[in-house]
Amino acid sequence: MAQTGEPDMLAHYAYALLIMVAQSLAVIVPVLVSLAFILLADRKIWAAVHLRRGPNVVGPFGLFQSFADFIKFVFKEVVIPAGANKFIFFLATMISFVTAVGAWAVIPFSEHWVVADINVGILYLFAVSSLGVYGIIMAGWASNSKYPFLGGLRSAAQMVSYEVSIGLVLIAVLLCVGSLNITDIVRAQERLGVWFIIPHFPMFVIFFVSALAETNRPPFDLPEAESELVAGHMVEYSSTAYLLFMIGEYFAIVLMCVMISILFLGGWLPLWHVAPFTWLPGPLWLIGKSLVIFFLFAMVKAMVPRYRYDQLMRLGWKIFLPFSLIWVVLTAGVLVAFDLAPK
Amino acid sequence: MSNFNRAARSFLLAEFVSSFLLSMKYFFKPKVTVNYPFEKGPLSPRFRGEHALRRYANGEERCIACKLCEAICPAQAITIEAEPRDDGSRRTTRYDIDMVKCIYCGFCQEACPVDAIVQGPNFEFATETRQELLYNKEKLLANGDRWEQEIAKNLELDAPYR
Repeated sequence: MAQTGEPDMLAHYAYALLIMVAQSLAVIVPVLVSLAFILLADRKIWAAVHLRRGPNVVGPFGLFQSFADFIKFVFKEVVIPAGANKFIFFLATMISFVTAVGAWAVIPFSEHWVVADINVGILYLFAVSSLGVYGIIMAGWASNSKYPFLGGLRSAAQMVSYEVSIGLVLIAVLLCVGSLNITDIVRAQERLGVWFIIPHFPMFVIFFVSALAETNRPPFDLPEAESELVAGHMVEYSSTAYLLFMIGEYFAIVLMCVMISILFLGGWLPLWHVAPFTWLPGPLWLIGKSLVIFFLFAMVKAMVPRYRYDQLMRLGWKIFLPFSLIWVVLTAGVLVAFDLAPK
Repeated sequence: MSNFNRAARSFLLAEFVSSFLLSMKYFFKPKVTVNYPFEKGPLSPRFRGEHALRRYANGEERCIACKLCEAICPAQAITIEAEPRDDGSRRTTRYDIDMVKCIYCGFCQEACPVDAIVQGPNFEFATETRQELLYNKEKLLANGDRWEQEIAKNLELDAPYR
């Protein structure tokens, strides 16, 4: 038994590994490619609101700008500050990139279209995206220079503050779902026949704003505030190391957009379950919804001035935290009082 | 009541919605940026760009090596050496402009009695090395040949105001 079983086992594991790698690539590669265009869209939208043109030279309408930037970054010289801790310096970029990419493992693009359909998906996602802050803190610390250090400190405080309200928003939503599985969140919205944005609209707003803060987007881009900290934790980085930071950041942004679509906008569900809407496959619906949210992200960047640090903390701790706490209690109360809680 | 109004406005995201609508209005407005390398802004005939040494129509160089430009140059960017030529006329043997020192004030052009040294309309003469910005007589004369039409037109347009 053991003699014949062993090669079988090996083949079995090799096959499983192959499937896993293929699945991961099937997620990462399209997301990476779309990221290139999302980066461009970000710049174009920002430019349009400013009455500027944005990148328009590389390729038609500047469509290949991100690829040109990619090549530029890769061929740049790697500069390591003399006082930097080299190991941690580079580990930081890896961490912020890997955590941003790793979170995509549990994102369901459609029914059964998910790399890892784990039953604590949302918890995993929350944990992994929280780990991203380590990348930033380590980058700030290992650079051994003042601006990155200040940027790292700010970012740590900011991300921790807004994770609290994100967590409470998630609890409010999960109370209505009765499961930590991300696929179940969408299924619950299908079963209830209503997207969570309608009963939980205030939570949608809080989650959106917290997502902005969590991904260090303007108006909460204090960690990299150009006018005061130059570029915050990324000051000392150049070349591919910087590229990894930037891609990681945009991975996290797009992840947040997808998360908002899944939590509040019904993920892959069509707008209505009637003929012309159901023709479009689920993943396209998810992408469409995420793009709408991303458009909002980009518009916010163009129209809102940067928060001061105390305003940021006030918003996080004194407004969002109590409000979302009350909302959780309210949701739980309503669910119990009217016996609506999912069994 | 005003407190209530303020609270209501912030809870209904009034500021956010109105600013969103405003930025959407701007989003669809025509762009005001000049699409630079493909389209350029207008230049005045008095524009003081890259220097050039001009020639007369018969090909004779205008500069008589009076050194007025060298004298007036506030940045001392011009270096001239002169000797009588074989035919007895006074000409420069060396006419260098350090374009890195130059402050583009246009005094050389004003000082020149024969309109030899002028600042043309060209402003796109960026180089990859510093050495390329140390112009000599050859380069300046070549500039003059290249930009003569535009320079002559600009001088003519500006003449009534002098």
